[in-house]
Amino acid sequence: MKRILSVLMENAPGALSRIVGVFSQRGYNVDSLCVAPTDDKSLSRLTITTQADDKVIEQITKQVNKLIDVLKVVELTDGTHVERELMLIKVATRSEVVRSEIHRNVDIFRAQIVDVDSNNYTIQVTGTSDKLDAFAHTLGQSTEIIEASRTGICGLARGDKALRP
Amino acid sequence: MEMMSGAAMVVRTLKDIGVKHVFGYPGGAVLDIYDALYAQTDVEHVLVRHEQAAAHMADGYARSTGQVGTVLVTSGPGATNTLTGIATAYMDSIPMVILSGQVPSMHIGEDAFQETDMVGCSRPIVKHSFLVKRAVDIPEAIAKAYYIASTGRPGPVVVDLPKDIVNVQDSHPYVFPTDVTMRSYNPTLKGHNKQIKKAVSTLLEAKRPVIYVGGGTIIAEACDLVTKIAEKLQAPVTSTLMGLGAFSSVHEQFVGMLGMHGRLEANKVMHNADCILALGARFDDRVTNNVEKFCPYATIIHVDIDPASISKTVAVHIPVVGSVDKVAEQLLENMGKVDSKAQKAKLADWWEQIEQWRSRECLAYKKDDKLIKPQEVIEALYKHTNGDAYVSSDVGQHQMFAALYYPFAKPRRWINSGGLGTMGFGLPAAMGVQMAHPESTSVVVTGDGSIQMNIQELATCLQYNLPIKIISLNNRALGMVRQWQDMIYKGRHSHSYMDSMPDFIKLAEAYGHVGIRVTDPADLDDAMARCFAMKDRLVFMDIEVDQNEHVYPMQIKYGAMDDMRLSKTERT
Repeated sequence: MKRILSVLMENAPGALSRIVGVFSQRGYNVDSLCVAPTDDKSLSRLTITTQADDKVIEQITKQVNKLIDVLKVVELTDGTHVERELMLIKVATRSEVVRSEIHRNVDIFRAQIVDVDSNNYTIQVTGTSDKLDAFAHTLGQSTEIIEASRTGICGLARGDKALRP
Repeated sequence: MEMMSGAAMVVRTLKDIGVKHVFGYPGGAVLDIYDALYAQTDVEHVLVRHEQAAAHMADGYARSTGQVGTVLVTSGPGATNTLTGIATAYMDSIPMVILSGQVPSMHIGEDAFQETDMVGCSRPIVKHSFLVKRAVDIPEAIAKAYYIASTGRPGPVVVDLPKDIVNVQDSHPYVFPTDVTMRSYNPTLKGHNKQIKKAVSTLLEAKRPVIYVGGGTIIAEACDLVTKIAEKLQAPVTSTLMGLGAFSSVHEQFVGMLGMHGRLEANKVMHNADCILALGARFDDRVTNNVEKFCPYATIIHVDIDPASISKTVAVHIPVVGSVDKVAEQLLENMGKVDSKAQKAKLADWWEQIEQWRSRECLAYKKDDKLIKPQEVIEALYKHTNGDAYVSSDVGQHQMFAALYYPFAKPRRWINSGGLGTMGFGLPAAMGVQMAHPESTSVVVTGDGSIQMNIQELATCLQYNLPIKIISLNNRALGMVRQWQDMIYKGRHSHSYMDSMPDFIKLAEAYGHVGIRVTDPADLDDAMARCFAMKDRLVFMDIEVDQNEHVYPMQIKYGAMDDMRLSKTERT
């Protein structure tokens, strides 16, 4: 079952490797990981996506929380939340027919073309992971996907809940 | 403001923290720090013969005192040699600070001479680590390391010090941090009141309660409080390998060590209990046997300072996060005026059952006129030390024999590598114990396999006049491996024997010590007496014991706690 953890930690050298270390040394998977400093530059916020049942996610949460650099851990999938992922995808534009098909799909998925070259477009799309999968699949039916890069999921709890120090 | 070099700051910070002993070995990257150690008397440095032993010495020092053990080593091989010692301390929650040298900052990442990424290498086996980048940060980093190592669930902390920041030529302002606080680190000490109330009412309702103590009880200095709880409740008490001595082994309520080589009555009590109060123990696989069959009738109350230890292997019913001493106080307070006589009457049936299990005398063994039995060596050791020695142990059959046949009445007297099971731990650990308690008797129970894993430390013992007593149960084999091969691999003794054994007596003498060989059971008592009469000498007792003796009882794999073999031919 897909689980999303949100972690607030010190923006210190080695902190990220300790988190990743907990996953590898205890045999947990990381499906995606998204990390950047917060508005307070001394802190970083991570969103980790993993597959785990209730017992395993409880252990992951506790083990991550145990790290000295970690201030707080919450499981976003425990309550209502907003999750988004960003993808940049480069597709071949070999003919006018293909170009117009891509434009149509970009409109439907509310994506944006952010770079244009003689033979390809680079398109930016945001949304849930499912939406990104669907977009890539749809594009793949009409043209060749040259490459794609995804950020991994980042998320926040809905409502008043917040992860603050 | 005082000005000094980074190296001087390291030594000064140690002094200001109150560190008395540092166990270490010099090398290129720490020469500046060693220079600062020269001609000062505040911090005594103990020169080992191998860095692994430095970590084990610091560990034995910490286990026997409760204070943080300190290690100082150079970069590269010096640092990596400590890793087994660090892992040993990590598994058993022992407070330790490891100061490791590092190549100069500008050369980090260049594969410089004697460079290893110590912070990276040690990451999975430390509580935390620091790579210090500026000399002015040294005092704070070291102070934080001691704070983290010694609070909450203790553990080892690495402080990696690049050579350029400890350079004796440079001068920097020294400020000792009087108050160390970290926003991201605040261990919970007091238990949640609601959970405490639940725990107390469950304990008082129980008809077949048991108290299961672990190393956390000793670490939290909660032994007296736990004894009070046990006496109020009149409940039987069992202990893990790490918890031995937390509750007196000669107390009538003590039913012995539990687990893989636990006593029959201890495992029976656990399996049949309707309520288990676990205090600073972690339900590891050497205790539980098959978790699916673990204690089917019990409501489990688990007190632990580490939330991650709770419900990790066995799902518990009443978790209490907190330090054992604080929680024990809360439990006592909530119990109020429990009448221990009434409790005793209430638990009469339970005790009658326990006495029945006890009467099986699972530790009984047959003596022999020709061969010395390992069990009788430990019994003789108990007699000749009045049960009051610090006993460090290596890992193997002798470790289990010592745990079962030497009843520990006090905490911090039993020093062994429980979690990691590190052969080679015993001798250096006993040395750390002796440094901390120069007037006490420090014994190491070891075997012909384990003792050879850090035997070079006999030289250190001479240099620092450590009159340790080495009790080596020599069975010319790796006994525990051999036992498993007998039981599981049809007696195919694959590489569990040694064809070329050194003459341990000559070896001890070569290092400047005394050696005594015993081969006849009739000589054992006299030899022990001679050994312990030599108060100021290290004595190496090479005792030839029966090679075919197995450690029993022993849990049967995949079974419940109380599914046990009681001898080579009997089982429960």
